[in-house]
Amino acid sequence: MSVSPPGTAAPLREVRGPSSLGGGRRRFFDLLRLMSVTEFKRAYFGTVFGYVWSLVRPLMLFGVLLFVFTKVFRVGHNLPYYPVLLLLGIVLFTFFQEATQNSVTSVVAHEGVVRKTQFPRLVIPLATVLTALFNLGLNLVVVFVFILAWGVDPTWTWLLFPLALAVLFVFSTAVSMMVSVLYVRFRDVAIIWTVLAQMLFYATPILYPLGKNGLDDPSIEHLLMISPLAVIFEQVRVWMIEPEAPTAAEAAGGPLHLLPALAIFVSACAFAVWIFNREAPRIAEDL
Amino acid sequence: MPQAARRAAIQVENLHKSFRIPTHRVDSLKERMVRPFSARDYRELRALDGVSFEIRRGEFFGIVGRNGSGKSTLLKLLASIYRADAGTIRMAGRLAPFIELGVGFNAELTARENVVLNGVMMGLTPQESRGRLDAVLEFAELGDFVDLKLKNYSSGMLVRLAFSLMMEVDADVLLIDEVLAVGDAAFQQKCADAFREMKAAGKTIVLVTHEMATVEEYCHRAMLIDGGKIQHVGDPAEVGRRYLRLNFERGSELADHVQGGDASESATVRLCDAWIENADGVRVNTLEHGEEIRLRVELESKGDLPGLDVGFVVANADGVGVFQFGIPVGEAEGAREIAAGQRVKVAAKLENPLAAGRYFVHCGVNRAFEEGAVALYVQGAAEFLVFGGPRTTGVVTLEHEVGATIEDGAAP
Repeated sequence: MSVSPPGTAAPLREVRGPSSLGGGRRRFFDLLRLMSVTEFKRAYFGTVFGYVWSLVRPLMLFGVLLFVFTKVFRVGHNLPYYPVLLLLGIVLFTFFQEATQNSVTSVVAHEGVVRKTQFPRLVIPLATVLTALFNLGLNLVVVFVFILAWGVDPTWTWLLFPLALAVLFVFSTAVSMMVSVLYVRFRDVAIIWTVLAQMLFYATPILYPLGKNGLDDPSIEHLLMISPLAVIFEQVRVWMIEPEAPTAAEAAGGPLHLLPALAIFVSACAFAVWIFNREAPRIAEDL
Repeated sequence: MPQAARRAAIQVENLHKSFRIPTHRVDSLKERMVRPFSARDYRELRALDGVSFEIRRGEFFGIVGRNGSGKSTLLKLLASIYRADAGTIRMAGRLAPFIELGVGFNAELTARENVVLNGVMMGLTPQESRGRLDAVLEFAELGDFVDLKLKNYSSGMLVRLAFSLMMEVDADVLLIDEVLAVGDAAFQQKCADAFREMKAAGKTIVLVTHEMATVEEYCHRAMLIDGGKIQHVGDPAEVGRRYLRLNFERGSELADHVQGGDASESATVRLCDAWIENADGVRVNTLEHGEEIRLRVELESKGDLPGLDVGFVVANADGVGVFQFGIPVGEAEGAREIAAGQRVKVAAKLENPLAAGRYFVHCGVNRAFEEGAVALYVQGAAEFLVFGGPRTTGVVTLEHEVGATIEDGAAP
């Protein structure tokens, strides 16, 4: 092709239609950042107590559960670190639940931009997850203060915490991508996911610590470790609060028994990417 | 590469897009499980069927079509909202689509945040977008409301903000869907000026609209699309004419009036058919004002007749007879008799000064030499529609000369 005459800078490029990432990488990240930040601001700056509300919810849940499980059921009464463990678990699970639950309706809620503008589809669930991540960040500050005040000694394994968070973030994103795009076609995903998330909460060792003084039932513990969430939460417990607690591998009955959880994690991610990319070009039509 | 291709801003080749219109929508998993094979319960709607065209750089290009013609689908394909089933679209530079004014707006956010967000959506960086905030607000005359949430804006203010934003994103290609009729008169004037400016600045603009006046005023070229296919590309005035024709042809459900009923038949004569043709000899039921009208009538004699007088009245929808004419048949050929079973074909040419509207042709047949002997009278033997022409409260527009002078009158 000959040299373009002055004033005709841009060459012809093929337009491939809507997609998960469409419209350039820089634009994708700009949109993602703007959307998650404005979403976050909107959630808190309109209310009187703003951010306080985001903290009150997990704290209230924590208070209730702490009372029920130490005084009524007496699950954690002989575990010295039960309250910190419970709080950390609740805050982390709140992130997962908030991210996925809000994602379900996110694409449909942004119908306007999806149907009327050129908008990279992936930004929508991703921004929802990021908004939840901002909340988690703020909540974790409170949790850390609580952990230190409770007398937990910092160890070098605290440095591994971001790794666990990253894995949790990736898993939450994968689930969010799936539910958001499936909801466009099947509206009962909303109900199904509410129930599933509730089930996952009880299938994750948050209320009942594993190992001795806790659940102390190897067969159930082996079963629980099929869930990637359970693996993450148990490992966080070991790294952050009780180094002597059973690691995820120990709870699963050996490192090889973590393979099902790994397989679920990987296939969830792969399925999410596949289904989202497959559906993304057609979201505007299916809405 | 050829010169034309290098100067193209948008190239569209053989674009296809169909939609599946479910006859039974599977909206839930339960339904999917109950009817696992119901995926085939849909019919295919071909919105675009092999569309190819090219828009050159700096061109103001109009796309016209009736509702459901496929023009909105085309626009959404160009804007990367839908994905084409087949075909390619190539585009030079950055595109800013405005399918609807103010779509990306979030009512909970302030004007400032919305402008930045929308700018980024149109492909600016957040910094660039922020830099243009003042210009946008100035154009929209909304400087005092920058920190007001959009939910508190009036609809007029919203529209102004959206339009200003569109003016300020300076993309290489602008895609605009009928947004011109916005705001009050003063703002409309401002928009019109802005459009002219953009046109002068050599931007490539694609405008989709119903408004033929807009197309003719701004566009260099226009395209008429109907039934998912391109009907015509070229001169906006020609596209406008074709569009109007298309509109009236389809819009009016005129029967073709092949007479078969009792009313078109008497003991003496039968009206086989009566129809209107245009100057090209094509059977039509719509004519543009000024376009020659040709009437064709076929009669069949049912017995031996000494001759016929065939007469016509062109009447408008109010039943007012506008014009009457006729012809004696047989007499002209030396009083030839018409035998049973013979056909009489009548052809008439009329000029068309008729005002836009619906017209009926009544057809009367008399036996020759017998005053008052009506053989057949068919009310509305043919009908047609006239469109275009000057606006008038009259029935016809007659050629006229008119002059006026002002003179000093004699003081009383």
